[in-house]
Amino acid sequence: MSPMTYHRPTTLGQAKELSQTLENAVFMSGGHTLLPAMKQDLATPDHVIDLSHIGELEAIRVDSNDLIIGAMSTHVQVATSKIVQELIPALAGLAGSIGDRQVRQRGTIGGSVANNDPAADYPSAVLGLGGTIITNLREIRADDFFVGLFETALEPFEIIIAIRFPTPLSAGYAKFKSPAARYPQAGVFIARFEGSVRVAVTGAGQSGVYRLVQLEKTLLESFVDGAAANLEISTENLIEDMYATKDYRANLVRMMTSHALKHMGTISIFK
Amino acid sequence: MSMVGLEVNGRLVSKDVPDNMLLAEFLRDSLGLTGTHVGCDTTQCGCCIVLVDGVSVKSCTVLVANAKDSRVVTVEGLSDGVHLHPIQEAFIEHHALQCGFCTPGMMMSAVDLINRHARVLTPEEVRSEMEGNLCRCTGYHNIVKAIVAASEKMHAR
Repeated sequence: MSPMTYHRPTTLGQAKELSQTLENAVFMSGGHTLLPAMKQDLATPDHVIDLSHIGELEAIRVDSNDLIIGAMSTHVQVATSKIVQELIPALAGLAGSIGDRQVRQRGTIGGSVANNDPAADYPSAVLGLGGTIITNLREIRADDFFVGLFETALEPFEIIIAIRFPTPLSAGYAKFKSPAARYPQAGVFIARFEGSVRVAVTGAGQSGVYRLVQLEKTLLESFVDGAAANLEISTENLIEDMYATKDYRANLVRMMTSHALKHMGTISIFK
Repeated sequence: MSMVGLEVNGRLVSKDVPDNMLLAEFLRDSLGLTGTHVGCDTTQCGCCIVLVDGVSVKSCTVLVANAKDSRVVTVEGLSDGVHLHPIQEAFIEHHALQCGFCTPGMMMSAVDLINRHARVLTPEEVRSEMEGNLCRCTGYHNIVKAIVAASEKMHAR
């Protein structure tokens, strides 16, 4: 790892100031994406601004019918939160299924969402639930946030403060994990609201998380678990890599969609 | 370079270290505690697992600067110097190691797991919750047995 200087601000204001005054600086939350990248010299910042000691970025709370999760909430905090388990159990389950136990102790929702790894779990929940990303500058709807491969609508040094999730009538998540890398080769998050259904797929798309818009319309008319059985999944823009071909992934998307539909309210993990 | 102070196995240590030093490097190279191993160095295998403030983390993916003011326990801190920790006894009794390379990480991860549950663990739980630890020698069966047995010992009080 190249030499760098570590900074530990304790307020958002300090973090913002550091990011504006330091050259070649990056933010770090759990560090479980950044540090592996730095160890391989894929990222070579001169300054690392650790956001994990800023108290105002934690906290999980309810506001009217919305669940608000602080950006620094770790995966284990979200997974074990009674509030999340009660309001959106599929979200708690998803958080509890990320990586492994040690990764979950450090990884954060803010870090995961800001990174937008095409194989990460959280983007499917944020897009599937139609969440809102609250930053220190503005609020960004999920549909506008996930722009492309590892790319989001965030400005340089815009800091995610929290993510707001509307409470669905029900939600479900199913994923097929690569047993070695532990990332989803296909993960499907389905959320049902009064008047709308959203289906978001992660792990499969070349540009990251995306919605199955046609299926959403079908399910809105009739929410039955057989709706995905003969679903046509386009292989265009699906990832083809050492873990799976496009066709295999397309089939996984169909299968995970079926499972999520059949088991709304919980998560299903296949490995 | 920064001064980093933390508690390791009950002792306060303070050293001037580069900001880019990982906790695993600090423990092994600065403190000579080589029981913590670096296996894959890519956050997968778990050989580097230690406890930081009571919680298991992969020390190859934590900056020592981030562990400032924390309480760290490594495999060297498990026994009291006279008696082995129940997890160590269980690993011996159930032949849960062969080459031993993954063993410190396995035990530290297991101690955290057992401490989180105020009851005996099931083999299924152990297999699921120990996913962050890989072993190339044993095929895992004896490791699972050892962890279940240790959970029985540790919660039988």
